[in-house]
Amino acid sequence: MEAIDIIEGPVTLLDRSDVDTDQIIPKQFLKRVERTGFGEFLFYDWIRDGEIELEPNPILVSGRNFGSGSSREHAVWALDQFGFQAVVAPSFSDIFFSNCTKNGFLPVALDEEDCQALATAGRGRIDLESQTVSWEGGEASFEIDPEIKRRLLGGLDDIALTLQSEDEITAFESGPGGSYGPVTTALD
Amino acid sequence: MPKTMFEKIWEAHEVRDELIYIDLHLVHEVTSPQAFEGLRMTGRKLRRPDKTIATADHNVPTDGTPTARLIADTLSRKQVETLEKNAADFGVPVYSLGSATQGIVHVIGPELGLTQPGMTIVCGDSHTSTHGAFGALAFGIGTSEVEHVMATQTLVQRRPKTMRINYRGTLGDGVTSKDLILATIGELGTGGMSGYVVEYAGEAIRNLTMEQRLTVCNMTIEGGGRAGMIAPDETTYEYMRDRPGVPDDFEAAVEGWKQLPTDDGAVFDHEIEIDASAISPMVTWGTTPGMVVQAGGRVPDPADMGTPAQRESAERALQYMGLEAGTPIEEIRPERVFIGSCTNSRISDLREAAGAIKGRKVAESIRAMVVPGSSLVKAQAEEEGLDRIFEEAGFEWRGAGCSMCLGMNPDILIEGERCASTSNRNFEGRQGKGGRTHLVSPTMATAAAIEGHFVDIRNWN
Ligand code: SF4
Repeated sequence: MEAIDIIEGPVTLLDRSDVDTDQIIPKQFLKRVERTGFGEFLFYDWIRDGEIELEPNPILVSGRNFGSGSSREHAVWALDQFGFQAVVAPSFSDIFFSNCTKNGFLPVALDEEDCQALATAGRGRIDLESQTVSWEGGEASFEIDPEIKRRLLGGLDDIALTLQSEDEITAFESGPGGSYGPVTTALD
Repeated sequence: MPKTMFEKIWEAHEVRDELIYIDLHLVHEVTSPQAFEGLRMTGRKLRRPDKTIATADHNVPTDGTPTARLIADTLSRKQVETLEKNAADFGVPVYSLGSATQGIVHVIGPELGLTQPGMTIVCGDSHTSTHGAFGALAFGIGTSEVEHVMATQTLVQRRPKTMRINYRGTLGDGVTSKDLILATIGELGTGGMSGYVVEYAGEAIRNLTMEQRLTVCNMTIEGGGRAGMIAPDETTYEYMRDRPGVPDDFEAAVEGWKQLPTDDGAVFDHEIEIDASAISPMVTWGTTPGMVVQAGGRVPDPADMGTPAQRESAERALQYMGLEAGTPIEEIRPERVFIGSCTNSRISDLREAAGAIKGRKVAESIRAMVVPGSSLVKAQAEEEGLDRIFEEAGFEWRGAGCSMCLGMNPDILIEGERCASTSNRNFEGRQGKGGRTHLVSPTMATAAAIEGHFVDIRNWN
């Protein structure tokens, strides 16, 4: 995962709320078994129908409840591979937010007015370290979980980090918790 | 200190702060290939194949294609075959196309007795919330997290907030658990449960059967919730008894599960109350599950909406749906009817739908299909003769899978087609590009199929 620090540049506005992952990457493109090749199909139906046009700028601004619906991580891969580096919106679905942070793609929650101001300014600068977004004539700060921030700043691989606690996992498994639940391999 | 059911389960699974042990990992063909690829690239093992199970559901055709090798669509075939190969390579049991126990991942977990109270369950699918109906903590994850669980059997998780919805009173005649959850989302909005694990409680919930409870928890994600839960009780244990995956000493397990329900006096971050007796049969009119109205009502007027953003979304939705504000819901005429999906494709859903037919026929103007949620549901329904009831009425009877819930397989709507669907999402293009979806209960879908337009099931018999 690539480390994030400063994301700066022009802003693309997608002025809609409840943008769901079915729109971000329609299902007909979910049949790939690789992690790449999704960028060109971003918002495929909306773009093909001429409903929206999108510039691959560093920052995407959109409406509330962004990324709702299906858990498909393909949505984040598509946004990232299209050329966006961060998405700024008043709120996000939980799974989408988490998927972003696993891919070095930055979700930033700002209130509605700040989102509008950033979009109007047309250019912005997101500083993850100081948790601020600035644009001509304005600035706002955003919240982010300190652990997630640490991982994003360092570009750290979650699995490698967790495997550093392997002894604790093994200890848990040898306690009562380790044998809770069914044994799937015994079913056949 | 009194604790909520969520707290009890969470605390029993903390390996350390914010690292949660996972008891069951459900895997399907769409969100797993990149995770298996990740394991291979890093030379990691899948830590606990015995806590993992895979099935093929999203992509499979429902026309009776017997094995993956014969799937006509090249990309779908590749994805299902990749699942089979990955499962074999990493030692994971797999129920692929042709297996007697293949089916929608959220249908087979409960039916095989794999879903049990007190467990943590994850799957690369947002409707994993379904399994919470057993008093489990179950939620959807993305592909990176799928890989994380494969490699470590744990998940890094911030502790979510808790919410309890207390339903006062009982549901009226003809009103189903599907209507209960649609009405709840209509009231709270699609982001109303955002950030919360939601416990559904109260008399109306206690009175539901196990399969009706699954429908409620299933759609938690449509309200933005992380997970939905219902306390286990005798209904739960009766449903589970004698299923293949349950503990050998079942009675001892039940004694343990009885400790799970939320203690009196436990505190939730948020609590709300909803009057269950006031809920009517519901039909969605727009392009989010929160855009929903009583079957006896009318398509709302965007002009009456609260904020400019809501007005704009509603206008856009009406345009997409090809509907005029003020149209009575009962005058809306679907061309397709779909009974299926992880929301409503279990044996009791099919029994209810078949029971409502009473010798009548599907309207000429409608193409209707019934898609059982699993191969076991299909076999059971056929043993009971439900397939014949459906077919004699003019419904198509299909093989198990997600089918037209998301149209990743050959079952799709064509541009502009209108569908009464028992599934969970009415997003633009969800069932096929340009397709128009109205979410309803199985009996409401059956009535629409026969009459050729929606009816309030309470005035129909
Ligand atoms: S039936 Fe629909 S919602 Fe359920 S798992 Fe399949 S695609 Fe997802």
